[in-house]
Amino acid sequence: MKHKYSLHLLLVLLISALLTGLANAAEKKLILTGSSTIAPLVSEIAKRYEKENPGLRVDVQTGGSSRGVADARRGLADIGMVSRELKAEEDDLLAFAIAKDGICLITNQSNPVASLSDEQVVKIYRGEITNWKEVGGNDAPITVVNKAEGRSTLELFLKHYGLKNQEVKAHVIIGDNEQGVKTVSGNPNALGYVSIGTAEFDAADGVPIKLLPVGGVEASMANVKSGEFPLSRPLNLVVRGQPEGFASDFIRFASSSKVDDIVKEQYFVPVSN
Amino acid sequence: MSPYRTDRILIGTLRCAAVVSGLIVAVVALFLVSESVPALRQIGPYRFFTDSAWHPAPHSGESTFNLVPMIVGTLTVTAGALALATPLGLGSAMFLRFYAPPKLGVIYRKIIELLAGIPSVVFGFWGLVTIVPLINSIHAPGASLLAGICILAIMILPTVALVSDAAFEVVPKEYVKGAAALGLSRWATIRGVVIPSAKSGLFTAIILQTGRALGETMAVLMVCGNVVQVPKSVFEPVRTLTANIALEMAYALDPHRSALFVSGLLLLTLVAGLVLLADVLSRRYECSQ
Repeated sequence: MKHKYSLHLLLVLLISALLTGLANAAEKKLILTGSSTIAPLVSEIAKRYEKENPGLRVDVQTGGSSRGVADARRGLADIGMVSRELKAEEDDLLAFAIAKDGICLITNQSNPVASLSDEQVVKIYRGEITNWKEVGGNDAPITVVNKAEGRSTLELFLKHYGLKNQEVKAHVIIGDNEQGVKTVSGNPNALGYVSIGTAEFDAADGVPIKLLPVGGVEASMANVKSGEFPLSRPLNLVVRGQPEGFASDFIRFASSSKVDDIVKEQYFVPVSN
Repeated sequence: MSPYRTDRILIGTLRCAAVVSGLIVAVVALFLVSESVPALRQIGPYRFFTDSAWHPAPHSGESTFNLVPMIVGTLTVTAGALALATPLGLGSAMFLRFYAPPKLGVIYRKIIELLAGIPSVVFGFWGLVTIVPLINSIHAPGASLLAGICILAIMILPTVALVSDAAFEVVPKEYVKGAAALGLSRWATIRGVVIPSAKSGLFTAIILQTGRALGETMAVLMVCGNVVQVPKSVFEPVRTLTANIALEMAYALDPHRSALFVSGLLLLTLVAGLVLLADVLSRRYECSQ
């Protein structure tokens, strides 16, 4: 009795495995994994690429730059998405920039403080300055918003200000950019940092946040493009070894001027020229 | 088809379903253990309790893996939410069954059922834009243990209310009528007759909501502030075990990743312990009846 049922089950499993196998073989697939900053951009680029190359399917998965590096190395993905410069120990990978992104400090719109020096930012994040009045603002405690470990935004921020995550005295730790914008827009005394693309889009959309300049340079897409803005990063596609076939073709497509409009739509800065 | 044959098919199907659901739990547990082993072996189980802090990512210099603040976070948020939601939920159920006029009762039950169906991320978002700023106006930074407790209490309240309502429903009508015949007041009936006989059901309600509170992730992640620390007051931010996994898993590499699986394993152990406790206690209640 028992045998008969397990046999049925086995048969069902086999058939379904066979069917999925066939479906997969019918079309070629390109897998990209990595940075959640780059993924929405690459998804849009992929849609256009699929239209131009019928029969090819581009699969985009997020998981952070660290995953992008790891998956490209292990061959789990054809291309990794990494939203920072490659580190020295990652020289086994090749990087191709498809756009640029900047990080900026944001405060609530009601906050009178117009700018913070690098030194002030460092002191605030170290917990040495804890009240806005010490930097020319209201008499109110500063709510320091930091990013969770492993995010490339956090790495870039810490590196730029020469901070260590252990010494940061944060009051709120957030995951993605939108959560950061919501936290700061809902708290008049919060200080946080997010991607300029997200911040500029939300600020233009009426969200009550203010973008602070960094090193005297106004936080804007234009200044990221010109390279003047100090807190910026490249959005890279990375591959292990010289890319071939579809991977190479896709990278060429993604860094060409054919996708400039998509890059701009997503509030990133094109690098095609 | 003979009835005998239908029976056999039914039994076969039911057995398959039972095996599959049992297997899923076993596979999940096994997976958690196997993914945790590298961390338990490399880092050792003690460092999760004795390290100076939680800085698991290798780029931040020396990695440290103290899970204690997160365990405390999970337990305090859960305990606080339980303390708020249990009386409210029990009260709602009592009102629903013994005090509310029938029409109002129907509407009230629908409202509670609706509350039970709202996705947790909606609660989290609502908490982030209303509760957190409200608490911030009392005491900065707003995103805090208190915010987590409030949101979680609202989320588990319908579970308590509905399950205890169901427990009250199965109290034999003769008991209630007998109490009325003895001239007991409504409250005396509830306290002296209904609650004692519904005790094990009420207990189930509390256990169920505790399980949900322990495992809740999204809403808590959005309102708790997620700073890894043992809170000194309800206004300080905390990070729960679940929020820790959700925040860091997507970006974690070994041994950080493996350490997160250890926190998952810990969570599973907590819930398993809870189920066991519930079993022991409810058996004791049944014996005492």
